[in-house]
Amino acid sequence: MSRDRSEPLLSELSRPGRVGHLLAAPDACADATLDLPSELLRDDLKLPELGELDVVRHFTHLSSLNFSIDNAFYPLGSCTMKYNPKVNEDVARMAGFAGLHPYQPEETVQGALQVMLELQQLLCAISGFETVTLQPAAGAQAELCGMLLIRAYHRARGDTKRTKVLIPDSAHGTNPATAAMCGYTTVSIPTDAHGNVDLKRIKEEADDTTVGLMLTNPNTLGLFEQEILDVTKAIHDAGGLVYGDGANLNAILGAVKPADLGFDVLHINTHKTFSTPHGGGGPGCGPVVARGFLEPYLPKPVVARRASGDRAGELFLDWDRPESIGKLKSFWGHFGVMVRALTYITLQGDQGIRDIGEAAVLNANYLRKKLDDLYDVPFDRICMHEFVASGRRQKQQGVRTLDIAKRLIDFNIHPPTVYFPLIVEEAIMVEPTEAESKDTLDRFVQVMRQIAEEVETSPELIHDAPHDQPVGRLDETTAARRPVLRWS
Amino acid sequence: MAFVPLTADERQAMLEQIGVGSVADLFADIPASVRFPQLDVPPPLTEIQTVAKMSALAAKNQPVGQLACFVGAGYYNHYSPSVVSHLMGRSEFYTSYTPYQPEVSQGTLQYSFEFQSLVCDLFEMDVANSSVYDGASGAAEAVLMALRISRRDRVVLDGSVHPEHRAVVAAYLDGRGIEVVTTNVGIKDGKLNRQSVVEQIDGETACVVIQQPDFFGTIRDLAAIVAKAREVGALVVYVVGDPVSLGLLKTPGGWDADIAIGEGQGLGLPLQYGGPGVGIMTCKTAHLRQLPGRIVGQTTDHDGRRGFVLTLQAREQHIRREKATSNICTSQTLLALGATIYLAAMGPAGLKQAAGLSHKQTRAVADQIRRVDGYRVVNDGPFFDEITVTCPADGDTMRHELAKRGIIGGYALGREYPGLENALVLCATEMTTSEEIDRLVSGLREIGGAR
Ligand SMILES: Cc1ncc(COP(=O)(O)O)c(C=O)c1O
Repeated sequence: MSRDRSEPLLSELSRPGRVGHLLAAPDACADATLDLPSELLRDDLKLPELGELDVVRHFTHLSSLNFSIDNAFYPLGSCTMKYNPKVNEDVARMAGFAGLHPYQPEETVQGALQVMLELQQLLCAISGFETVTLQPAAGAQAELCGMLLIRAYHRARGDTKRTKVLIPDSAHGTNPATAAMCGYTTVSIPTDAHGNVDLKRIKEEADDTTVGLMLTNPNTLGLFEQEILDVTKAIHDAGGLVYGDGANLNAILGAVKPADLGFDVLHINTHKTFSTPHGGGGPGCGPVVARGFLEPYLPKPVVARRASGDRAGELFLDWDRPESIGKLKSFWGHFGVMVRALTYITLQGDQGIRDIGEAAVLNANYLRKKLDDLYDVPFDRICMHEFVASGRRQKQQGVRTLDIAKRLIDFNIHPPTVYFPLIVEEAIMVEPTEAESKDTLDRFVQVMRQIAEEVETSPELIHDAPHDQPVGRLDETTAARRPVLRWS
Repeated sequence: MAFVPLTADERQAMLEQIGVGSVADLFADIPASVRFPQLDVPPPLTEIQTVAKMSALAAKNQPVGQLACFVGAGYYNHYSPSVVSHLMGRSEFYTSYTPYQPEVSQGTLQYSFEFQSLVCDLFEMDVANSSVYDGASGAAEAVLMALRISRRDRVVLDGSVHPEHRAVVAAYLDGRGIEVVTTNVGIKDGKLNRQSVVEQIDGETACVVIQQPDFFGTIRDLAAIVAKAREVGALVVYVVGDPVSLGLLKTPGGWDADIAIGEGQGLGLPLQYGGPGVGIMTCKTAHLRQLPGRIVGQTTDHDGRRGFVLTLQAREQHIRREKATSNICTSQTLLALGATIYLAAMGPAGLKQAAGLSHKQTRAVADQIRRVDGYRVVNDGPFFDEITVTCPADGDTMRHELAKRGIIGGYALGREYPGLENALVLCATEMTTSEEIDRLVSGLREIGGAR
């Protein structure tokens, strides 16, 4: 058993009467409550009582119990864990950005509105679409936004019998969940032998009840849909629209504009492609780009420039949008993330944007090629920014993909995404990103080869992994059966 | 600026290993007609140039501090102790992702568990998730939850719930055949005049959504609404206005709410022009399986050591797909960390002070405005840190005039509340100084007098 590195809970560190932060002398607002009727007041406020240094040590210690991009290789497929330039953080923290209230008069936030406008223009240029909203909070909310745009389009044409959404069986769970949130039924489309969505099935299913197709390209197998132009045409021929899940945009930056592939709407996971740190699970930002005919339905307000009047030329938030789907998010979206994205794109420029896609794809293919003799790669063709391997060969020898993932931790490597996509047995999904050096990739290859060897020679080493972490494998079954979700 | 470390030689060696002649060959699956398009993106700037460009944009804004801030309306200019930004700014926190592998994510998992616990204590509710996008999406998710639990399809929305929350609820419900009833709020005899919420609640009602303090700043006695909901089997969805108010006020749990949500930005998070903040979402234990989003639970490892994991994942989209409680995947974990550090640093004494001082400053604003001709405080009950004031001119004109005097002059109600064109919602917090209040009041006097 390794040394105990656990950290007590805040509630356990608390000592009654210990004071952390005071805003004023202790009695400064003693009379404040007098103005309020006692039946509207709370009796008791039970929060931990800590000193400031207690707080600093607690969270500093917790931070050391985390893997992050800044301390380890993190090839988490579908999540695009790339390096986040530090300058992003400095810019986002500038008082002129961090200290703005969303309801300030527009004349006092012209720079912020210009950030939004410039980012919108760049996202359109990169994706090939004509219009965009920055409002959604993340990819999944962007999907909801996009599907509501599609619904508004059908509705405006009086085309109301469309109720089913086609979704490949390799799709991320957010896609079917989003379709269901819109009250639509979903039809799962299988993947063909080459790892593409089955075009024949799409043609069979697409009809006048089809809302559209939600498609990720490159798909979640890391593969570019080879028949994409026929796929989008089949949907359009049936009167449906094609929703693009652009979570994997990183791979095709500069190589193709998704609009040219026949998508009508696409979301961009700004927090992935454009380098906002993922913050332990968020925040994100999910701009939706779309064809011009969907513009009237975009969420409100939109950033616009006053054409006339005594404020002509000033940027403002235009709420006068009668056909809008309304609002998905308070205020204007995650402005702090938009600032980081604009900073990043400014640093990259046209050449950098192209190089991101190329290097991400080069890195992924290199790893695929270096590993395909030891791990099964079910769709072994040129991949994009990631590839999906299978641990089924190792499973036959009694070692599961989860075990391999845990063993990687012993080598200070964050495990890839595992058991996704669901259609690949014992899936291991590796996305190195463009930010990693060949040395890092070579070390990963060497570790993965050592693990493959251990599967044969010392499987117990893998079953017991990870070794020497703050905690070992945790009992998830009990956690779910007898949930303990707060301190008592 | 290059963040790609591969050298030309390395690229060549890698291409050989892969067995292709050039990088372009890796993109051969893309239809040739659309491959490698023109990219209408400007050339790269250096870091020096980028910082200069972004600084120039930042300089075109006037942040709070430069301007005296008298607006709240869902986002609050409360003080954040320095420890909050310093600890949130540790890159071990902000450059990590969803803790899929608990052994290497105990930092994130433990603070998420602590966040859930602190929120439960603050709200006096049974369980909380580890965040949703914002207060507004929390309201929408809460309504969807109530529809699933009650299997009814009528929603009563109090008209004094934040207009953006109501708009997001409407967008999320679009096309589902749900009847949404919104009550009216107007002004009569110099006071807010509300259509009865109680009368709108009936046996078909899935839930009633109310806010406290409400969008006008009023703290209301909710007993009759809760009692009526109980009587007909409707759920009470409770929106917390400013979370700092819970340093003083009776809690959602104290009012017996079934589901309580709120925007957590006021708990030490930067304003950032409206985002990102953090959506807080809580409920009674009985509704746990319908709660969307990520939830962290405590458990043990094989040696009996305490540890934390993502749990009850069968509710979530990555397992349940179209049958999930919600499509939410990415949450606001980093901002939840900020709120956790804030609550830990402030403790009960600090939070009570933040609430008390905010209330005190707002009382000072109200007292002074009452003495200015042409203005009237119209709240229909006690207020916390916001008040509604009618003015001699329409709200937008007032705001532009006040901006000229270095003041952010409240939220103009006209766009959302026809009939309230001349009303502003004003807010003060512990950040508000007496000098700023004097400036506001003399500004109001000048503008009023000029008309
Ligand atoms: C393919 C795909 N689609 C959608 C999403 C959802 O994005 P978000 O987590 O920002 O909601 C993700 C990421 O999690 C993804 O990888």
